[in-house]
Amino acid sequence: MEKKALLISGNESCVEGALYAGVQFYAGYPITPSSEIAEGLAKKLPKYGGVMIQMEDEIASMGAIIGASLTGKKSMTATSGPGFSLKQENLGFASFNEIPCVIVNVMRGGPSTGAPTGPSQGDVMQARWGTHGDHPIVALAPNSIPEIFTETVRAFNISEKYRIPVVLLLDEIISHMREKITFPEKGELEVIDRMKPTVPPDQYKPFDVSNSPLPLVPPMAAYGTGYRFHVTGLNHRTDGFPTNNGELIEKELHRIMGKLDLYKKDMFRTEAYMLEDAEIGIVAFGSSARAAKYAVNELRKQGIKAGMLRYITLWPFEGAAIEMLAQKVKFIVVPELNMGQLILEVERAAQGRTKVYGVNRVNIEIIHPHDIMEKVKELSHGI
Amino acid sequence: MSKNTEIRLSGEGGQGLILAGVILASAALLEGKNAAQSQYYGPESRGGISKSEVVISDGEIIYPEVADPDLVLVLSDVASIPYTKDVRRDDTLVIFDSGTVKKFPDLKHGRIYKLPFTMTAHDKLGKPFIANIIALGTIVGLIGVVSKESIEKAVLARVPKGTEELNKTALLEGFELAKTIKK
Repeated sequence: MEKKALLISGNESCVEGALYAGVQFYAGYPITPSSEIAEGLAKKLPKYGGVMIQMEDEIASMGAIIGASLTGKKSMTATSGPGFSLKQENLGFASFNEIPCVIVNVMRGGPSTGAPTGPSQGDVMQARWGTHGDHPIVALAPNSIPEIFTETVRAFNISEKYRIPVVLLLDEIISHMREKITFPEKGELEVIDRMKPTVPPDQYKPFDVSNSPLPLVPPMAAYGTGYRFHVTGLNHRTDGFPTNNGELIEKELHRIMGKLDLYKKDMFRTEAYMLEDAEIGIVAFGSSARAAKYAVNELRKQGIKAGMLRYITLWPFEGAAIEMLAQKVKFIVVPELNMGQLILEVERAAQGRTKVYGVNRVNIEIIHPHDIMEKVKELSHGI
Repeated sequence: MSKNTEIRLSGEGGQGLILAGVILASAALLEGKNAAQSQYYGPESRGGISKSEVVISDGEIIYPEVADPDLVLVLSDVASIPYTKDVRRDDTLVIFDSGTVKKFPDLKHGRIYKLPFTMTAHDKLGKPFIANIIALGTIVGLIGVVSKESIEKAVLARVPKGTEELNKTALLEGFELAKTIKK
């Protein structure tokens, strides 16, 4: 039987992806442009045996998903910039205590409460460095309705497998637009659950990796199953209790940050479009990447050999692809719906091998293919 | 690469533009085509500038919004100038509601028409809010981006129970209005 094609929004696709991945708990405080995720899970999650709570605020929502995750449930919340700011303290707690959770941030115009219904990609740096201190975090940025589904599943998988909070960074355009999708069948996509401890409860240490089959990742017991599991925001020993031992503090920080390096390959995903013979590189993500791909096609019709590198995994940022691109193209253009954030990483990775230029908008309108084409043409004349 | 059909429905909040866009995109899916529907609206639920865009294609839709419009519908003064700015082909259809639009842009390109969607909704159907469905009928009648059967099916799947006949009549009125335009 042919599968039925549906017309659904990005937020609805995120709901379906989360259910596919096995989400069991959602807590949130509705905020445009993410509210349809709360709405969808309020309707559907109870039917899957899960729980959805509308909390009193953004901070409590983040606290609630941390608590739920500690009991062994796959947990998520959804928000937008102003709420993402409020969640940062608890997000740091989740990151430091290696508590799996998925935080959807549907970016809107900022700063502060900004433009609730206006699109933006202004939270690129906040997704990485919104909470203080060196901490591991992953951010994924899909750009279509089917990809929101698959990346939501992947967000849960990465978070559960490596015990790292994952930010699903959407923007207002792809969250609210509707596109065709056919849902994958059960079993078609891999669904990963967190590793459980194999030692008896009296020998369990929640941050001990000495017997873990997955290097650097400690198995995780669920609260209420007989295991002692202490969590604190303070630097802690492998048994979870606070420590001021500098050597141990450094060792543990290196371990949790080391997961990003060790498993980078598994986390990293890009799309390369027409890069083989490209003389001009466009590096983009999210909705801006759709304008970029369109621009590549149009530019090629006009004899300009452009190509696009799209970052689906934004953090950890993998610079190797940029390094290679920078060696062969005349220049790189980075279109983004902010005043220049991803471009900083691109410049860093390019290491001066080629010039890098931004195409930016903060007028709450989507980046238009013509914006990119004009910039490329203008720069091409100068060469 | 197959040619996209790019349609913009513009006006103000409360005119049912987003619903109309969703219906048009669903009709395209019924025919096995690809469609992307996007929108802009302000924080206010009624009165603010609003648009709904639909891109329909037999192939992949790369850019999900209107990059080069084939048809722009304008149902309100607030949308009249901002949402017709990018009309840059002479064969782009620009259709204004002759009753609700008083401010017209000075367009260098496009084929411009003024049709009484809201007046027809008010006078013939007694429901001014159904102008969106009449306009959908006209769009399908004019450019045939989907069949009349598909648009009817898509309309009936999305409107409240008990309003089916009203909506069918609205579509028919829209098809009739399309016939008044000489191509």
